[in-house]
Amino acid sequence: MREITYAEAIREALRQEMQRDERVFLMGEDIGVYGGAFGVTVGLLEEFGEERVRDTPISEAVIAGAAGGAAMTGMRPVSEIMFMDFTTIAMEQIVNQIAKTRYMFGGKAEVPMVLRTPGGSGTGAAGQHSQSLEAWFVHSPGLKVVMPSTPYDAKGLLVSSIRDNNPVIFIEQKLLYRVKGPVPEELYAIPLSTADVKREGSDLTIVATGVMVARSLAAADKLAEGGIEAEVIDPRTLKPYDAETITQSVVKTGRVLIVNEGYRSCGYAAEISAMISEGPAFVYLNAPVKRLTGLDIPIPYNRTLEYNAVPQEENIVAAGRELMAYT
Amino acid sequence: MKGKPSLPKEKLIDMFRKMLEIRDFEEKAEELFALGKVHGTMHLSVGQEGSAVGAVSALRPDDWMTSTHRGHGHCIAKNGDLKLMMAEFLGKETGYCRGRGGSMHIADVEGGNLGATGVVGGGLATAVGAALSCKMGGVDQITLCFFGDGAVNMGIFHESLNLAAIWTLPVVFVCENNQYAMSMSVEKALPIQDIADRACAYDIPGVVVDGNDVLAVHDAVAEAVERARAGEGPTLVECKTYRWRGHSKSDAQRYRTREEVETWKEKDPIARFRAYLLKKGVLSEDDAQQIEKEAHELIEEAVAFAEYSPEPRVEEIAEGVYA
Repeated sequence: MREITYAEAIREALRQEMQRDERVFLMGEDIGVYGGAFGVTVGLLEEFGEERVRDTPISEAVIAGAAGGAAMTGMRPVSEIMFMDFTTIAMEQIVNQIAKTRYMFGGKAEVPMVLRTPGGSGTGAAGQHSQSLEAWFVHSPGLKVVMPSTPYDAKGLLVSSIRDNNPVIFIEQKLLYRVKGPVPEELYAIPLSTADVKREGSDLTIVATGVMVARSLAAADKLAEGGIEAEVIDPRTLKPYDAETITQSVVKTGRVLIVNEGYRSCGYAAEISAMISEGPAFVYLNAPVKRLTGLDIPIPYNRTLEYNAVPQEENIVAAGRELMAYT
Repeated sequence: MKGKPSLPKEKLIDMFRKMLEIRDFEEKAEELFALGKVHGTMHLSVGQEGSAVGAVSALRPDDWMTSTHRGHGHCIAKNGDLKLMMAEFLGKETGYCRGRGGSMHIADVEGGNLGATGVVGGGLATAVGAALSCKMGGVDQITLCFFGDGAVNMGIFHESLNLAAIWTLPVVFVCENNQYAMSMSVEKALPIQDIADRACAYDIPGVVVDGNDVLAVHDAVAEAVERARAGEGPTLVECKTYRWRGHSKSDAQRYRTREEVETWKEKDPIARFRAYLLKKGVLSEDDAQQIEKEAHELIEEAVAFAEYSPEPRVEEIAEGVYA
């Protein structure tokens, strides 16, 4: 199969959905001539024109909020917030307005919009351009939260997000934009709320999100050298998430490690941990549920400090071995 | 009073009816609260009927509207169903929002009312988005966006007016300046006399109008609507008006004097419009009294409907979070 990058896969999903449905349009800062801060939307302005590829001023709140208003009145907007850190500027619109509109209006309104935003550290961009704030959105009823870890998933999940009749926060990963993978040229949709088993194994379950999936797969290869077979599961949709696939895996392996780049306190890993601890898999556990997360500190600038602020492959290997020490 | 003599008699009478219904709805809401029948709080628009009815009467039925936390009047002006409104106010399953939204979130998307919002300034971006929909869809509907004087000091006000201006969107921004953002007076909160002056920052027309003169509001908004529909972009209309009641039910009103309130009551938009209609021979005294009686009856019917409506079912508590 043809291989393209994660960024190209996202662009292809946008292009093909815009060709298929004229209600789909893009809004955001520097997405037109510039092609987006990470080059995701390069070429779309030329293909679809200024009417459907809308450069906006630096106005995050209205970029999000106007998408909500357009969605309620018949369009299917895809807004971009340049860095996930900047979604904080739009939180009132996202959390109080967009997310709650349908419920507050008695289920009589639909807000079919996507808000794309790149998250994650590793680029030397320090405290305000490196965060993984997915837990904030997962915490808000009414939003769906999607976070793809491969080019194939990125395309298929973005197509489903655009077609979904709910507001979807689509979290991209800066470190993955240039990573290549096999992606079909034709349009396909990956259903939301379906986890994917990225690697099968019988000894240990690793639940990983975003950029942590590739690190967990690399770690799983290392663990395999020592005879430990890890199963790696990517929830892909963080909310509403596929608890069933995770539970089944933990029932099978009896050990679980959760790897998420976000801050530790009340983070996404805590949610998965709690779900397992409260659920039917608990009695099958042979070891405590373990989390590997970002530290509870702002992402530091220094290369070594930044590297040590979030889970890395060697941490995952070590944590996997630690869990295997329980008998 | 100002007002185009061209407004048909039926239209004038309908505007009068709507103003009465708003006043009666709000007074009934207050009464129900006093009787302990209301679970939450409320933000009453008594005294502001002129801006609500004047502005909405300049719309077509298929135009969009966004409202505010003080939004009962906007909804009634936009032909909202009094029964569904009252049922929502009492938290009933038959209400506009199945009892999930209450006073602060009444919406009627099918009827063009994109809803009230509990956050000051929360609806401005929604209105910009709705206007963008219409422009991109090539239809000539416009969006009317209500907000108060409190909203104009928020960032979203600037972001929304700027975006609407640079994209020449068909939206009319109607600021109901009722003199107070909760307790903060416009004199203290703004360095300028007229909020409409801020329009110059977006190179759009800014108009100040007597918000208690329903016909003046109608005319100003009608002109803005015409511009928007013709593709000439947004307008900022400031309606100077006054909230007769407290901000919400917890307001001891220590920030203003009784005399000030009484002065504004003398500018009652309903009494003024009634006198105008009588003077112009649109209504006789008997006609006016008959219409007032009918408005009372409609509100009583709405209360009866709401009170006899079922409560939402707890088993359905999670319905409507996702489509």
